[in-house]
Amino acid sequence: MNTIVTGWLEVAAVEDIPVRGSRVLRSPAGDIALFRAADGVVFALYDKCPHGGGPLSQGIVHGHSVTCPLHNWVICLKSGEAQGADRGCTPNVPVRVENGRVLVRAASLVGQAA
Amino acid sequence: MATRSLVVVGNGMAPGRALERLFEAAPDAFKVTIFNAEPRVNYDRIMLSPVLAGEKGFEDIVIHDDAWYAERGVTLHKGRKVVAIDRAAKTVTAEDGTTAAYDELIIATGSQPFMLPVPGQTLPGVVAYRDLDDVEAMLAAARKGGKAVVIGGGLLGLEAAAGLKAQGMDVVVLHLMPHLMERQLDQAAGYLLERAIAARGITVHCKANTHELLGVDRVTGVRLDDGTIYEADIVVMAVGVRPNADLARKAGLDVNRGVLVDDRMRTSDPSIFALGECVEHRGAVYGLVAPLYEMAKVVAAQLTGDASAAYRGSVTATKLKVTGCDLYSAGDFADGPGREEIVLRDPAAGVYKRLVLKDDVIIGAVLYGDTADGPWFFDMIRQKTDVSAMRQTLIFGQSYQGGASLDPMAAVAALPDEAEICGCNGVCKGTISSIITAKGLTGLEEVRAHTKASASCGSCTGLVEQVIRLALGDAYNPAAVQPMCGCTELGHDDVRRLIRAKSLKSIPAVMQELGWKTSCGCAKCRPALNYYLVCDWPGEYEDDNQSRFVNERVHANIQKDGTFSVVPRMWGGLTSAKELRAIADVVDKFAIPTVKVTGGQRIDLLGVQKQDLPAVWADLNAAGMISGAAYAKGLRTVKTCVGSDWCRFGTQDSTGLGVKLEKFMWGSWTPAKLKMGVSGCPRNCAEATCKDIGVICVDSGYEIHFGGAAGLDIKGTEVLGHARSEAEAIEIIAALTQLYREEGRYLERIYKWAKRVGAPHIRAAVVDDREKRRSLFERFVVSQKTAQVDPWAERVAGKDAHEFKPLESIRFIQAAE
Ligand SMILES: Cc1cc2nc3c(=O)[nH]c(=O)nc-3n(C[C@H](O)[C@H](O)[C@H](O)COP(=O)(O)OP(=O)(O)OC[C@H]3O[C@@H](n4cnc5c(N)ncnc54)[C@H](O)[C@@H]3O)c2cc1C
Repeated sequence: MNTIVTGWLEVAAVEDIPVRGSRVLRSPAGDIALFRAADGVVFALYDKCPHGGGPLSQGIVHGHSVTCPLHNWVICLKSGEAQGADRGCTPNVPVRVENGRVLVRAASLVGQAA
Repeated sequence: MATRSLVVVGNGMAPGRALERLFEAAPDAFKVTIFNAEPRVNYDRIMLSPVLAGEKGFEDIVIHDDAWYAERGVTLHKGRKVVAIDRAAKTVTAEDGTTAAYDELIIATGSQPFMLPVPGQTLPGVVAYRDLDDVEAMLAAARKGGKAVVIGGGLLGLEAAAGLKAQGMDVVVLHLMPHLMERQLDQAAGYLLERAIAARGITVHCKANTHELLGVDRVTGVRLDDGTIYEADIVVMAVGVRPNADLARKAGLDVNRGVLVDDRMRTSDPSIFALGECVEHRGAVYGLVAPLYEMAKVVAAQLTGDASAAYRGSVTATKLKVTGCDLYSAGDFADGPGREEIVLRDPAAGVYKRLVLKDDVIIGAVLYGDTADGPWFFDMIRQKTDVSAMRQTLIFGQSYQGGASLDPMAAVAALPDEAEICGCNGVCKGTISSIITAKGLTGLEEVRAHTKASASCGSCTGLVEQVIRLALGDAYNPAAVQPMCGCTELGHDDVRRLIRAKSLKSIPAVMQELGWKTSCGCAKCRPALNYYLVCDWPGEYEDDNQSRFVNERVHANIQKDGTFSVVPRMWGGLTSAKELRAIADVVDKFAIPTVKVTGGQRIDLLGVQKQDLPAVWADLNAAGMISGAAYAKGLRTVKTCVGSDWCRFGTQDSTGLGVKLEKFMWGSWTPAKLKMGVSGCPRNCAEATCKDIGVICVDSGYEIHFGGAAGLDIKGTEVLGHARSEAEAIEIIAALTQLYREEGRYLERIYKWAKRVGAPHIRAAVVDDREKRRSLFERFVVSQKTAQVDPWAERVAGKDAHEFKPLESIRFIQAAE
């Protein structure tokens, strides 16, 4: 598809995401995990651990990190980067919150952004 | 005489400051006209809380009185709201038709409180907290006494609650998030604050989702989503503010969240400035006065011809103005890449401090309990001071620079003398310290000999050592304990003992009281703490789902492709045509790819999609099956052989005992998984001698085994003891399980726990000492009362529905904008 996609798409209400938890958004670009940290900040990452592709949405959220349920890699929610001694990065998805609604950069939903 | 005219819309704190500056710099440059929707002069809005609390009167908080305006020739239109700006004609018009022409215009319309769009929000008795009228409405209600509900547990809500309480009302604060002031505070500091607020008699209800406001002619109460009802004579909504940008929007100015301004504070129309909370500058909207005063300075400078004056954004600091609750926060204190945090907790003093650093510069600070260093930190944030040289001592504050460091044993030091340190032998802190002094003891072995503290299971060793250290000082240097994780210095046993000694009943309480070094723990300590609290406070502690691993959170086992497996319970390995038919139907209906018989004598359905789980469970439930807990750090299976019912060698009804044990013990959480087996004779077809707990039936009764392993390690069981009846066997097994629940470290299987504490210790407690066995058994029974709820049925009925439902799918996307 060559259409140029711009803008932001409203995908959920902030309340839909449990605090220190995650919800999954299915999209043509693959599953996207929306996270809500203890302090209320919302993040979005492609739902794949850079290590074994594990679903990060199913992990334990602590601070601004999530621990992958498969092999305990700790991933930074903001950058998608593996923490500690592990190396690797999950692409993050631009996300913002407005009036209690979660918006995701539409371009991220059509093809995996670099 | 002034030649040019300046019109100001809104008479809040921001334009008040701008006018002061302007008149100082150029008293005669402008003829000023102000329109204010509020029917009064400019006053100090942030001091409304002391007015509400009765500490001040309105006259005390007036900034500019009528004389001030008169002296400066200012026309102040009180109670006149501007409804239109004609940019071509350069005039403004108020609701009542008053107009004024301008050369320069300042829009300073402030913010509007956000009102929750719930039924009943317009009832009389529902107020916001923004201006003097709101305060007067609250004071009028308070004079009649009665009940107040404040919705919103942020700065404003808490100030309103404290004020209403001071006026004698019964006050409830409803807060949507799990802890107060979540934007400024992490859980632990939120817990401290909640405790302080509760201590003044205010009820705090977190995770409260307001459903509707009740009442016909006037508000009478609030109903939450969960059905809870709070009666109310007045409801204060303090759930946030929105920039008041309507007027600017109607006039065709560029508006986003707020009225957009450049660094010169000019809007998209060069003769119109905007100023205050209604403004959006470089993407930021402010809700505190300090940045607004900086903006005001720039507006005044621009008006007097200083074209280079520029506003470049602000770092903000805020303080909660509730007497007795010291809270200060400044800058940006969210986590983020490249950011590090330094956390200091002094549990005894109720102090919590958190600094966020990036590249050796402090970018944020939260202080609770002791805010004296707030301005010092704030100054370093603004100056971008390089703090690398004082990093080690930074958090202790300004006066500590070059000074002493904190005592790492604060948690133990804070325990009262009567706090129990050794649970096995009932020894308290005071006994240990006084014997050390009286007998001149110098080490752990001596203390064990004299007091028996830590002489049994040894799980309190770390604590006893700290008590010795407190008594003897640095002269005593105990062997290091392995900390639970990077978030604490304390080992598992110390944490457990302190949870009980200090009656800690929530994860934030543990983290605060035991001085956790991180704000919300990690994936290692959170599940462990959750288990300890579940185990120690049955029926009281509210399980924290978000601190459980995915399998326990969704009650199924995650597979490598992200699908799940489902294992229904088959009591003692027995099943029936009805169950098998239901399983077969479920497999067909949900196209489950793999069906496998497990080693624990049950059937595993592999490859189930997460969103299908509740429907799969519903069908299994309908056939009478419940969760097999194949994912749980808890009771898994009880494997049996056919026993005396069928087998020619069987000595007892091993299947029957297995079923009884499983029906009695299902649902219990344990430090690690717990698998059992019951064999009907020593031929041991149920392989009971490599289980966590096993029973070998013999002619004279039941031989009870424990501590087997057949995984990473292979180990045969040890014999624990002999029971003559089924009832006695069940009592011993339950007592053993309870002892393991209470002493085992999280993720420690029975055989590892037994190796650590020794089989004699276990045998003494659950076989020899009848009284101890009985009380362990009773504690197990108490905990089972609330544990035996089928998690599948709960979720079929709708619990945690969000877990299983993906958000809406995005199928294709059209170019937006
Ligand atoms: C109870 C309370 C406690 C606070 N505590 C603190 C604190 O401790 N520290 C801190 O830094 N900040 C605090 N704040 C926030 C601070 O008061 C505000 O940031 C500040 O007052 C905003 O100033 P402003 O001039 O932008 O707007 P405002 O003070 O809101 O003034 C706007 C004025 O414009 C009027 N107006 C609106 N539209 C029109 C129109 N179309 N025509 C004419 N007039 C109009 C309104 O009636 C209002 O009087 C507190 C606020 C409240 C309510």
